Amino acid sequence: MISIQNLTKYFDNVSAVKNMSLEIPEGQILGILGPNGAGKSTTLRILTGYLPPSEGTILINGLDVRDQSIQAKNLLGYLPESSPIYQNMLVYDYLDYISQVRNIPQNEKLKRLKELSALCGIEKVMHKSISTLSKGYKQRVGLALAMMSDPKILVLDEPTSGLDPNQIVEIRSIIKEIGKEKTVIFSTHILQEAEATCDRIVILNKGKIVADGSVEDLKSSQQEEQKIHLIIKGSDPEMVKKTLSEIDGVTQLECSGDESGVEATLDVIRDVREEIYLAVKSSKGILLELHQERKSLEHIFKSLTAEGIQ
Amino acid sequence: MKTKAINTVFKREFRSSFFSPVAYIIMTIFLVITGWLFFSTFFLTGRADMRNFFQLLPLILTFIIPAITMGVFSEEYKSGSFEILVTLPLGRGDIVLGKFLAALSLSITMILPTVCYAISISAISGMDWGPVFLSYVGTIFLAGAYTAIGIFSSSLSQNQIVAFIISVAICFFLSIIDKMLVLIPGFLVGFFQYLGSNYHFDSFSKGILDSRDIVYFLSFIIIALYGSYLINLEKK
Repeated sequence: MISIQNLTKYFDNVSAVKNMSLEIPEGQILGILGPNGAGKSTTLRILTGYLPPSEGTILINGLDVRDQSIQAKNLLGYLPESSPIYQNMLVYDYLDYISQVRNIPQNEKLKRLKELSALCGIEKVMHKSISTLSKGYKQRVGLALAMMSDPKILVLDEPTSGLDPNQIVEIRSIIKEIGKEKTVIFSTHILQEAEATCDRIVILNKGKIVADGSVEDLKSSQQEEQKIHLIIKGSDPEMVKKTLSEIDGVTQLECSGDESGVEATLDVIRDVREEIYLAVKSSKGILLELHQERKSLEHIFKSLTAEGIQ
Repeated sequence: MKTKAINTVFKREFRSSFFSPVAYIIMTIFLVITGWLFFSTFFLTGRADMRNFFQLLPLILTFIIPAITMGVFSEEYKSGSFEILVTLPLGRGDIVLGKFLAALSLSITMILPTVCYAISISAISGMDWGPVFLSYVGTIFLAGAYTAIGIFSSSLSQNQIVAFIISVAICFFLSIIDKMLVLIPGFLVGFFQYLGSNYHFDSFSKGILDSRDIVYFLSFIIIALYGSYLINLEKK
Protein backbone atom coordinates (compact mmCIF):
# COMPACT_ATOMS: atom_id res chain seq x y z
CA MET A 1 0.00 0.00 0.00
CA ILE A 2 2.52 2.60 1.15
CA SER A 3 6.14 1.99 0.42
CA ILE A 4 8.82 4.33 1.73
CA GLN A 5 12.19 3.61 0.18
CA ASN A 6 15.52 5.01 1.36
CA LEU A 7 13.97 8.27 2.42
CA THR A 8 16.40 10.99 3.42
CA LYS A 9 15.64 14.62 4.18
CA TYR A 10 18.15 17.37 4.80
CA PHE A 11 17.40 20.79 6.21
CA ASP A 12 20.46 22.95 5.52
CA ASN A 13 22.84 19.97 5.68
CA VAL A 14 21.28 18.69 8.90
CA SER A 15 19.52 15.44 8.18
CA ALA A 16 16.10 15.12 9.78
CA VAL A 17 15.40 11.70 8.29
CA LYS A 18 18.15 9.26 7.39
CA ASN A 19 17.77 6.49 4.85
CA MET A 20 14.39 5.33 6.11
CA SER A 21 12.56 2.41 4.52
CA LEU A 22 9.12 1.32 5.61
CA GLU A 23 6.30 -0.75 4.14
CA ILE A 24 2.80 -0.11 5.42
CA PRO A 25 0.15 -2.62 4.34
CA GLU A 26 -3.53 -1.79 3.96
CA GLY A 27 -5.75 -1.54 7.01
CA GLN A 28 -3.09 -1.01 9.61
CA ILE A 29 -3.07 1.54 12.41
CA LEU A 30 0.53 2.63 12.56
CA GLY A 31 1.83 4.82 15.35
CA ILE A 32 5.04 6.73 14.86
CA LEU A 33 6.75 7.47 18.14
CA GLY A 34 9.86 9.35 18.95
CA PRO A 35 11.32 12.14 21.06
CA ASN A 36 11.11 15.74 19.88
CA GLY A 37 13.08 16.28 16.71
CA ALA A 38 13.17 12.59 15.83
CA GLY A 39 11.72 13.28 12.38
CA LYS A 40 8.11 12.21 12.93
CA SER A 41 6.47 15.28 11.45
CA THR A 42 9.04 15.50 8.68
CA THR A 43 8.32 11.93 7.64
CA LEU A 44 4.57 12.57 7.59
CA ARG A 45 5.03 15.82 5.71
CA ILE A 46 7.07 14.10 3.03
CA LEU A 47 4.57 11.26 2.89
CA THR A 48 1.72 13.69 2.24
CA GLY A 49 3.67 15.59 -0.38
CA TYR A 50 4.09 18.80 1.60
CA LEU A 51 7.86 18.57 1.71
CA PRO A 52 9.98 17.17 -1.09
CA PRO A 53 12.36 14.38 -0.03
CA SER A 54 16.09 15.00 -0.49
CA GLU A 55 16.57 11.39 -1.52
CA GLY A 56 14.42 8.31 -1.83
CA THR A 57 10.89 7.72 -3.01
CA ILE A 58 7.46 7.22 -1.50
CA LEU A 59 4.92 5.17 -3.40
CA ILE A 60 1.25 5.09 -2.44
CA ASN A 61 -0.51 2.28 -4.27
CA GLY A 62 2.32 2.52 -6.79
CA LEU A 63 1.87 6.29 -7.27
CA ASP A 64 4.87 8.50 -6.58
CA VAL A 65 3.86 11.32 -4.23
CA ARG A 66 6.07 13.77 -6.12
CA ASP A 67 5.47 12.87 -9.75
CA GLN A 68 1.81 11.90 -9.55
CA SER A 69 1.05 14.09 -6.61
CA ILE A 70 -2.60 14.87 -7.40
CA GLN A 71 -3.58 11.22 -7.83
CA ALA A 72 -1.62 10.27 -4.71
CA LYS A 73 -3.17 13.11 -2.71
CA ASN A 74 -6.61 11.87 -3.73
CA LEU A 75 -5.90 8.71 -1.73
CA LEU A 76 -4.74 10.61 1.33
CA GLY A 77 -6.43 12.51 4.09
CA TYR A 78 -4.05 14.61 6.15
CA LEU A 79 -4.40 16.55 9.36
CA PRO A 80 -1.27 18.57 10.13
CA GLU A 81 -0.09 19.25 13.64
CA SER A 82 -2.41 21.54 15.66
CA SER A 83 -5.03 21.58 12.91
CA PRO A 84 -4.19 24.83 11.04
CA ILE A 85 -7.56 25.39 9.38
CA TYR A 86 -8.79 28.75 8.04
CA GLN A 87 -9.84 30.87 10.99
CA ASN A 88 -12.30 33.25 9.42
CA MET A 89 -14.70 30.72 7.91
CA LEU A 90 -17.77 29.00 9.29
CA VAL A 91 -17.32 25.30 10.00
CA TYR A 92 -20.00 24.45 7.45
CA ASP A 93 -18.48 26.71 4.77
CA TYR A 94 -15.08 25.21 5.36
CA LEU A 95 -16.27 21.63 5.08
CA ASP A 96 -18.31 22.64 2.02
CA TYR A 97 -15.14 24.05 0.43
CA ILE A 98 -13.21 20.87 1.20
CA SER A 99 -16.02 18.79 -0.29
CA GLN A 100 -15.67 20.78 -3.51
CA VAL A 101 -11.91 20.32 -3.57
CA ARG A 102 -12.45 16.61 -2.98
CA ASN A 103 -14.96 16.41 -5.83
CA ILE A 104 -17.87 15.22 -3.70
CA PRO A 105 -20.95 15.35 -5.97
CA GLN A 106 -23.38 18.09 -4.99
CA ASN A 107 -26.25 15.67 -4.29
CA GLU A 108 -24.18 13.54 -1.91
CA LYS A 109 -22.53 16.46 -0.17
CA LEU A 110 -25.14 17.05 2.49
CA LYS A 111 -25.30 13.38 3.40
CA ARG A 112 -21.51 13.22 3.70
CA LEU A 113 -21.36 16.35 5.83
CA LYS A 114 -23.99 14.91 8.15
CA GLU A 115 -22.11 11.62 8.49
CA LEU A 116 -18.84 13.37 9.21
CA SER A 117 -20.28 15.82 11.69
CA ALA A 118 -21.89 12.95 13.56
CA LEU A 119 -18.70 10.87 13.53
CA CYS A 120 -16.53 13.75 14.70
CA GLY A 121 -19.12 15.23 17.05
CA ILE A 122 -19.24 18.69 15.49
CA GLU A 123 -22.98 18.98 14.73
CA LYS A 124 -23.39 21.68 17.35
CA VAL A 125 -20.69 23.94 15.98
CA MET A 126 -21.43 23.73 12.26
CA HIS A 127 -22.79 27.29 12.17
CA LYS A 128 -19.94 28.81 14.18
CA SER A 129 -16.86 30.62 13.00
CA ILE A 130 -13.75 28.46 13.29
CA SER A 131 -11.90 31.22 15.14
CA THR A 132 -14.35 30.91 18.04
CA LEU A 133 -13.88 27.15 18.48
CA SER A 134 -11.87 25.54 21.25
CA LYS A 135 -8.78 23.56 20.39
CA GLY A 136 -10.56 20.25 20.73
CA TYR A 137 -13.28 21.28 18.31
CA LYS A 138 -10.72 22.61 15.84
CA GLN A 139 -9.03 19.25 16.01
CA ARG A 140 -12.34 17.53 15.28
CA VAL A 141 -13.06 19.83 12.36
CA GLY A 142 -9.56 19.02 11.11
CA LEU A 143 -10.32 15.34 11.44
CA ALA A 144 -13.54 15.79 9.50
CA LEU A 145 -11.67 17.60 6.76
CA ALA A 146 -9.09 14.83 6.55
CA MET A 147 -11.84 12.21 6.21
CA MET A 148 -13.98 14.15 3.76
CA SER A 149 -13.34 12.03 0.70
CA ASP A 150 -13.37 8.80 2.71
CA PRO A 151 -9.67 8.33 1.87
CA LYS A 152 -7.96 4.95 2.02
CA ILE A 153 -5.14 6.42 4.04
CA LEU A 154 -5.45 8.83 6.91
CA VAL A 155 -2.34 10.65 8.12
CA LEU A 156 -2.65 12.48 11.43
CA ASP A 157 0.16 14.46 13.00
CA GLU A 158 -0.21 14.45 16.79
CA PRO A 159 -4.00 14.31 16.65
CA THR A 160 -4.44 14.43 20.42
CA SER A 161 -1.91 17.05 21.44
CA GLY A 162 -3.39 19.80 23.54
CA LEU A 163 -6.69 18.06 24.17
CA ASP A 164 -8.24 17.33 27.53
CA PRO A 165 -8.39 13.69 28.73
CA ASN A 166 -12.02 13.19 27.64
CA GLN A 167 -11.34 14.54 24.19
CA ILE A 168 -8.25 12.37 23.91
CA VAL A 169 -10.33 9.29 24.64
CA GLU A 170 -12.90 10.37 22.05
CA ILE A 171 -10.34 11.07 19.34
CA ARG A 172 -8.69 7.73 20.08
CA SER A 173 -11.96 5.90 19.72
CA ILE A 174 -12.58 7.70 16.44
CA ILE A 175 -9.15 6.61 15.23
CA LYS A 176 -9.85 3.02 16.23
CA GLU A 177 -13.21 3.19 14.52
CA ILE A 178 -11.69 4.45 11.27
CA GLY A 179 -8.78 2.05 11.55
CA LYS A 180 -11.09 -0.92 11.15
CA GLU A 181 -11.30 -0.27 7.44
CA LYS A 182 -8.55 2.15 6.63
CA THR A 183 -4.85 2.66 6.96
CA VAL A 184 -4.21 5.19 9.69
CA ILE A 185 -0.78 6.62 10.28
CA PHE A 186 -0.36 8.95 13.20
CA SER A 187 2.47 10.39 15.17
CA THR A 188 2.39 10.91 18.89
CA HIS A 189 4.68 11.25 21.85
CA ILE A 190 2.14 9.78 24.23
CA LEU A 191 3.11 6.13 24.67
CA GLN A 192 -0.11 4.92 26.26
CA GLU A 193 -1.93 6.27 23.27
CA ALA A 194 0.15 4.27 20.84
CA GLU A 195 -0.17 1.22 23.06
CA ALA A 196 -3.95 1.59 23.20
CA THR A 197 -4.68 2.23 19.55
CA CYS A 198 -1.92 0.91 17.29
CA ASP A 199 -1.53 -2.36 15.46
CA ARG A 200 2.04 -1.50 14.83
CA ILE A 201 4.51 0.93 16.30
CA VAL A 202 7.55 2.49 14.70
CA ILE A 203 9.93 4.28 17.02
CA LEU A 204 12.14 6.92 15.47
CA ASN A 205 15.25 8.42 16.93
CA LYS A 206 17.41 10.99 15.18
CA GLY A 207 15.71 10.28 11.88
CA LYS A 208 16.22 6.53 11.98
CA ILE A 209 13.88 3.66 12.74
CA VAL A 210 15.06 2.08 15.98
CA ALA A 211 12.13 -0.26 16.53
CA ASP A 212 9.31 -1.57 14.41
CA GLY A 213 6.59 -4.05 15.34
CA SER A 214 3.45 -4.59 17.34
CA VAL A 215 3.38 -3.59 20.99
CA GLU A 216 3.81 -7.27 21.99
CA ASP A 217 6.72 -7.74 19.60
CA LEU A 218 8.49 -4.74 21.01
CA LYS A 219 7.92 -5.89 24.58
CA SER A 220 9.08 -9.44 23.95
CA SER A 221 12.15 -8.28 22.07
CA GLN A 222 13.21 -6.62 25.28
CA GLN A 223 11.99 -9.47 27.50
CA GLU A 224 15.41 -10.90 28.33
CA GLU A 225 16.40 -7.92 30.42
CA GLN A 226 14.14 -7.86 33.45
CA LYS A 227 14.26 -6.75 37.01
CA ILE A 228 13.10 -8.90 39.94
CA HIS A 229 12.51 -7.62 43.45
CA LEU A 230 12.63 -10.01 46.41
CA ILE A 231 12.10 -9.81 50.14
CA ILE A 232 13.39 -12.81 52.07
CA LYS A 233 13.02 -13.48 55.81
CA GLY A 234 15.20 -15.68 57.99
CA SER A 235 18.48 -15.49 56.09
CA ASP A 236 21.43 -13.16 56.39
CA PRO A 237 22.28 -10.96 53.39
CA GLU A 238 25.60 -12.66 52.64
CA MET A 239 23.93 -16.04 52.49
CA VAL A 240 21.16 -14.76 50.21
CA LYS A 241 23.68 -13.10 47.96
CA LYS A 242 25.69 -16.30 47.65
CA THR A 243 22.69 -18.48 46.85
CA LEU A 244 21.17 -16.12 44.36
CA SER A 245 24.40 -15.41 42.52
CA GLU A 246 24.68 -19.11 41.75
CA ILE A 247 21.53 -18.99 39.64
CA ASP A 248 22.26 -18.99 35.93
CA GLY A 249 21.05 -15.89 34.16
CA VAL A 250 21.50 -13.32 36.89
CA THR A 251 23.60 -10.47 35.62
CA GLN A 252 23.47 -8.12 38.56
CA LEU A 253 22.56 -8.50 42.19
CA GLU A 254 22.06 -6.11 45.07
CA CYS A 255 21.25 -7.13 48.65
CA SER A 256 20.54 -5.17 51.78
CA GLY A 257 18.83 -5.66 55.15
CA ASP A 258 19.15 -8.18 57.99
CA GLU A 259 17.64 -11.50 59.14
CA SER A 260 14.18 -9.99 59.64
CA GLY A 261 14.05 -9.18 55.97
CA VAL A 262 16.58 -9.07 53.15
CA GLU A 263 15.74 -6.99 50.14
CA ALA A 264 17.30 -8.10 46.88
CA THR A 265 17.13 -6.69 43.39
CA LEU A 266 18.22 -8.84 40.48
CA ASP A 267 18.81 -8.06 36.84
CA VAL A 268 18.13 -11.21 34.88
CA ILE A 269 18.20 -12.16 31.23
CA ARG A 270 15.69 -15.03 31.41
CA ASP A 271 12.78 -16.17 33.53
CA VAL A 272 14.39 -17.42 36.77
CA ARG A 273 11.48 -17.14 39.19
CA GLU A 274 11.26 -20.90 39.81
CA GLU A 275 14.97 -21.20 40.54
CA ILE A 276 14.77 -18.31 42.95
CA TYR A 277 11.98 -19.98 44.84
CA LEU A 278 13.85 -23.27 45.05
CA ALA A 279 17.11 -21.60 46.04
CA VAL A 280 15.44 -19.61 48.80
CA LYS A 281 13.62 -22.73 50.00
CA SER A 282 16.81 -24.79 50.12
CA SER A 283 18.56 -22.08 52.12
CA LYS A 284 15.76 -22.25 54.72
CA GLY A 285 14.68 -18.69 54.06
CA ILE A 286 11.10 -17.56 53.69
CA LEU A 287 10.13 -15.81 50.50
CA LEU A 288 7.90 -12.91 51.49
CA GLU A 289 7.71 -11.13 48.23
CA LEU A 290 8.71 -11.66 44.63
CA HIS A 291 7.76 -9.41 41.82
CA GLN A 292 8.95 -9.11 38.32
CA GLU A 293 8.93 -5.66 36.80
CA ARG A 294 6.94 -5.80 33.60
CA LYS A 295 8.76 -3.95 30.85
CA SER A 296 6.43 -1.23 29.68
CA LEU A 297 6.59 0.55 26.36
CA GLU A 298 8.06 3.43 28.29
CA HIS A 299 11.14 1.41 29.19
CA ILE A 300 11.59 0.31 25.63
CA PHE A 301 11.16 3.86 24.42
CA LYS A 302 13.63 5.17 26.96
CA SER A 303 16.27 2.58 26.23
CA LEU A 304 15.95 3.01 22.47
CA THR A 305 15.99 6.76 22.43
CA ALA A 306 18.23 7.40 25.43
CA GLU A 307 21.03 8.67 23.22
CA GLY A 308 18.80 11.45 22.04
CA ILE A 309 18.28 12.77 25.54
CA GLN A 310 21.94 13.12 26.42
CA MET B 1 -4.19 22.55 -14.44
CA LYS B 2 -7.92 22.13 -13.94
CA THR B 3 -10.56 24.83 -14.26
CA LYS B 4 -12.65 23.19 -11.55
CA ALA B 5 -9.82 23.32 -9.04
CA ILE B 6 -9.07 26.93 -9.98
CA ASN B 7 -12.73 27.77 -9.61
CA THR B 8 -12.93 26.16 -6.16
CA VAL B 9 -9.90 28.07 -4.88
CA PHE B 10 -11.20 31.26 -6.50
CA LYS B 11 -14.61 31.00 -4.87
CA ARG B 12 -13.21 30.36 -1.43
CA GLU B 13 -10.67 33.15 -1.64
CA PHE B 14 -13.12 35.67 -3.04
CA ARG B 15 -15.80 34.90 -0.50
CA SER B 16 -13.46 34.79 2.46
CA SER B 17 -12.00 38.19 1.61
CA PHE B 18 -15.42 39.61 2.55
CA PHE B 19 -15.42 37.79 5.90
CA SER B 20 -12.74 40.06 7.28
CA PRO B 21 -13.11 43.83 7.64
CA VAL B 22 -9.85 44.44 5.76
CA ALA B 23 -11.50 44.33 2.34
CA TYR B 24 -14.18 46.84 3.34
CA ILE B 25 -11.64 49.18 4.89
CA ILE B 26 -9.40 49.09 1.82
CA MET B 27 -12.35 49.67 -0.52
CA THR B 28 -13.58 52.60 1.52
CA ILE B 29 -10.14 54.18 1.63
CA PHE B 30 -9.79 53.73 -2.11
CA LEU B 31 -13.13 55.32 -2.91
CA VAL B 32 -12.63 58.22 -0.52
CA ILE B 33 -9.15 59.01 -1.83
CA THR B 34 -10.01 58.74 -5.53
CA GLY B 35 -13.27 60.62 -5.05
CA TRP B 36 -11.65 63.43 -3.14
CA LEU B 37 -8.61 63.81 -5.40
CA PHE B 38 -10.66 63.62 -8.58
CA PHE B 39 -13.58 65.87 -7.72
CA SER B 40 -11.56 68.49 -5.86
CA THR B 41 -10.11 69.59 -9.21
CA PHE B 42 -12.82 68.36 -11.53
CA PHE B 43 -14.86 71.58 -11.63
CA LEU B 44 -11.73 73.72 -11.94
CA THR B 45 -10.64 72.09 -15.18
CA GLY B 46 -14.14 72.36 -16.58
CA ARG B 47 -13.80 69.36 -18.87
CA ALA B 48 -16.38 66.59 -19.00
CA ASP B 49 -13.95 63.70 -19.07
CA MET B 50 -12.25 61.37 -16.62
CA ARG B 51 -8.68 61.84 -17.74
CA ASN B 52 -7.61 63.22 -14.35
CA PHE B 53 -9.13 60.26 -12.61
CA PHE B 54 -7.25 57.76 -14.71
CA GLN B 55 -4.04 59.73 -14.27
CA LEU B 56 -4.37 59.30 -10.53
CA LEU B 57 -5.23 55.65 -10.67
CA PRO B 58 -1.82 53.97 -11.20
CA LEU B 59 -0.29 55.69 -8.19
CA ILE B 60 -3.26 54.96 -5.93
CA LEU B 61 -3.40 51.33 -7.02
CA THR B 62 0.33 51.12 -6.24
CA PHE B 63 -0.60 51.33 -2.57
CA ILE B 64 -4.07 49.83 -2.54
CA ILE B 65 -3.50 46.60 -4.45
CA PRO B 66 -0.49 45.46 -2.37
CA ALA B 67 -2.72 45.94 0.67
CA ILE B 68 -5.25 43.57 -0.88
CA THR B 69 -2.70 40.95 -1.90
CA MET B 70 -0.24 41.09 0.99
CA GLY B 71 -1.97 38.33 2.93
CA VAL B 72 -2.65 35.99 0.03
CA PHE B 73 0.22 33.61 0.74
CA SER B 74 1.88 35.22 3.78
CA GLU B 75 -1.17 34.56 5.91
CA GLU B 76 -1.28 30.93 4.82
CA TYR B 77 2.41 30.44 5.60
CA LYS B 78 2.06 32.05 8.98
CA SER B 79 -1.06 30.23 10.15
CA GLY B 80 0.12 26.90 8.73
CA SER B 81 -3.00 26.47 6.61
CA PHE B 82 -0.64 26.36 3.62
CA GLU B 83 0.19 22.82 4.70
CA ILE B 84 -3.45 21.77 4.36
CA LEU B 85 -3.87 23.71 1.12
CA VAL B 86 -0.98 22.03 -0.70
CA THR B 87 -1.75 18.55 0.61
CA LEU B 88 -5.24 18.74 -0.86
CA PRO B 89 -5.48 17.38 -4.40
CA LEU B 90 -4.92 20.80 -5.95
CA GLY B 91 -2.09 21.67 -8.31
CA ARG B 92 0.18 24.48 -7.17
CA GLY B 93 -0.56 26.28 -10.41
CA ASP B 94 -4.29 26.00 -9.72
CA ILE B 95 -3.77 27.52 -6.29
CA VAL B 96 -1.77 30.48 -7.64
CA LEU B 97 -4.26 31.14 -10.46
CA GLY B 98 -7.30 30.80 -8.21
CA LYS B 99 -5.84 33.21 -5.69
CA PHE B 100 -4.84 35.63 -8.45
CA LEU B 101 -8.31 35.67 -9.96
CA ALA B 102 -9.88 36.18 -6.54
CA ALA B 103 -7.61 39.11 -5.68
CA LEU B 104 -8.14 40.61 -9.13
CA SER B 105 -11.90 40.27 -8.78
CA LEU B 106 -11.72 42.02 -5.43
CA SER B 107 -9.74 44.87 -7.03
CA ILE B 108 -12.29 45.13 -9.83
CA THR B 109 -15.14 45.11 -7.30
CA MET B 110 -13.38 47.96 -5.57
CA ILE B 111 -12.95 49.99 -8.77
CA LEU B 112 -16.44 49.25 -10.09
CA PRO B 113 -18.29 51.92 -8.01
CA THR B 114 -16.20 54.60 -9.74
CA VAL B 115 -18.30 53.97 -12.85
CA CYS B 116 -20.82 56.18 -11.02
CA TYR B 117 -18.48 59.11 -11.67
CA ALA B 118 -18.63 58.42 -15.39
CA ILE B 119 -22.40 58.07 -15.32
CA SER B 120 -22.94 61.29 -13.37
CA ILE B 121 -20.51 63.23 -15.57
CA SER B 122 -22.25 62.05 -18.70
CA ALA B 123 -25.58 63.02 -17.12
CA ILE B 124 -24.39 66.59 -16.52
CA SER B 125 -22.91 67.05 -19.94
CA GLY B 126 -22.10 64.90 -22.92
CA MET B 127 -19.07 62.71 -22.43
CA ASP B 128 -17.05 60.71 -24.91
CA TRP B 129 -17.54 57.17 -23.66
CA GLY B 130 -14.88 55.59 -25.89
CA PRO B 131 -11.76 56.63 -23.95
CA VAL B 132 -13.53 56.04 -20.63
CA PHE B 133 -14.48 52.52 -21.62
CA LEU B 134 -10.97 51.78 -22.86
CA SER B 135 -9.52 53.30 -19.70
CA TYR B 136 -11.52 50.82 -17.66
CA VAL B 137 -10.19 48.01 -19.85
CA GLY B 138 -6.71 49.36 -19.21
CA THR B 139 -7.46 49.56 -15.49
CA ILE B 140 -8.28 45.86 -15.45
CA PHE B 141 -4.95 45.10 -17.10
CA LEU B 142 -3.10 47.43 -14.75
CA ALA B 143 -4.82 45.97 -11.70
CA GLY B 144 -4.02 42.49 -13.05
CA ALA B 145 -0.32 43.29 -13.34
CA TYR B 146 -0.16 44.86 -9.87
CA THR B 147 -2.16 42.00 -8.35
CA ALA B 148 0.20 39.46 -9.89
CA ILE B 149 3.18 41.39 -8.51
CA GLY B 150 1.48 41.54 -5.11
CA ILE B 151 0.87 37.80 -5.11
CA PHE B 152 4.46 37.20 -6.10
CA SER B 153 5.68 39.33 -3.16
CA SER B 154 3.26 37.64 -0.81
CA SER B 155 4.65 34.24 -1.76
CA LEU B 156 8.13 35.43 -0.76
CA SER B 157 7.57 36.05 2.92
CA GLN B 158 5.42 34.93 5.78
CA ASN B 159 5.37 38.50 7.02
CA GLN B 160 2.54 40.52 5.49
CA ILE B 161 4.30 43.84 6.04
CA VAL B 162 7.37 42.63 4.17
CA ALA B 163 5.15 41.39 1.34
CA PHE B 164 3.37 44.76 1.25
CA ILE B 165 6.61 46.74 1.11
CA ILE B 166 8.13 44.58 -1.62
CA SER B 167 5.09 44.88 -3.86
CA VAL B 168 4.68 48.62 -3.22
CA ALA B 169 8.35 49.05 -4.13
CA ILE B 170 7.94 47.19 -7.43
CA CYS B 171 4.62 48.83 -8.35
CA PHE B 172 5.89 52.26 -7.34
CA PHE B 173 8.94 51.81 -9.54
CA LEU B 174 6.71 50.88 -12.48
CA SER B 175 4.31 53.79 -11.87
CA ILE B 176 6.88 56.48 -11.34
CA ILE B 177 9.65 55.51 -13.74
CA ASP B 178 8.30 57.51 -16.69
CA LYS B 179 8.44 60.68 -14.60
CA MET B 180 12.09 60.04 -13.76
CA LEU B 181 13.26 59.70 -17.33
CA VAL B 182 15.27 62.94 -17.20
CA LEU B 183 17.61 61.33 -14.70
CA ILE B 184 18.32 58.34 -16.89
CA PRO B 185 21.14 58.24 -19.48
CA GLY B 186 19.86 58.90 -22.99
CA PHE B 187 20.35 55.48 -24.51
CA LEU B 188 18.28 53.83 -21.75
CA VAL B 189 15.36 56.24 -21.92
CA GLY B 190 13.44 54.22 -24.48
CA PHE B 191 13.79 51.05 -22.49
CA PHE B 192 12.72 52.57 -19.19
CA GLN B 193 9.87 54.42 -20.81
CA TYR B 194 8.60 51.13 -22.19
CA LEU B 195 9.07 49.49 -18.80
CA GLY B 196 6.88 52.04 -17.00
CA SER B 197 3.27 51.07 -16.49
CA ASN B 198 2.03 54.65 -16.90
CA TYR B 199 3.27 54.81 -20.45
CA HIS B 200 1.12 51.83 -21.41
CA PHE B 201 -1.83 52.78 -19.27
CA ASP B 202 -1.87 56.30 -20.74
CA SER B 203 -2.43 55.01 -24.23
CA PHE B 204 -5.58 53.27 -23.01
CA SER B 205 -6.73 56.57 -21.45
CA LYS B 206 -6.17 58.30 -24.76
CA GLY B 207 -8.51 55.80 -26.35
CA ILE B 208 -5.83 53.83 -28.19
CA LEU B 209 -6.01 50.06 -28.11
CA ASP B 210 -2.49 48.89 -28.89
CA SER B 211 -1.52 45.23 -28.78
CA ARG B 212 1.90 46.20 -27.36
CA ASP B 213 0.24 47.54 -24.22
CA ILE B 214 -1.79 44.40 -23.80
CA VAL B 215 1.33 42.29 -24.30
CA TYR B 216 3.15 44.43 -21.74
CA PHE B 217 0.56 43.90 -19.02
CA LEU B 218 -0.01 40.25 -19.84
CA SER B 219 3.70 39.52 -19.73
CA PHE B 220 3.93 41.12 -16.29
CA ILE B 221 1.01 39.01 -15.10
CA ILE B 222 2.49 35.80 -16.52
CA ILE B 223 6.03 36.41 -15.26
CA ALA B 224 4.88 37.35 -11.75
CA LEU B 225 2.45 34.43 -11.48
CA TYR B 226 4.98 31.97 -12.84
CA GLY B 227 7.46 33.34 -10.31
CA SER B 228 5.09 32.75 -7.43
CA TYR B 229 4.30 29.29 -8.80
CA LEU B 230 8.02 28.43 -8.73
CA ILE B 231 8.46 29.86 -5.22
CA ASN B 232 5.41 27.93 -4.12
CA LEU B 233 6.90 24.75 -5.47
CA GLU B 234 10.12 25.33 -3.55
CA LYS B 235 8.49 26.60 -0.36
CA LYS B 236 9.53 24.18 2.34
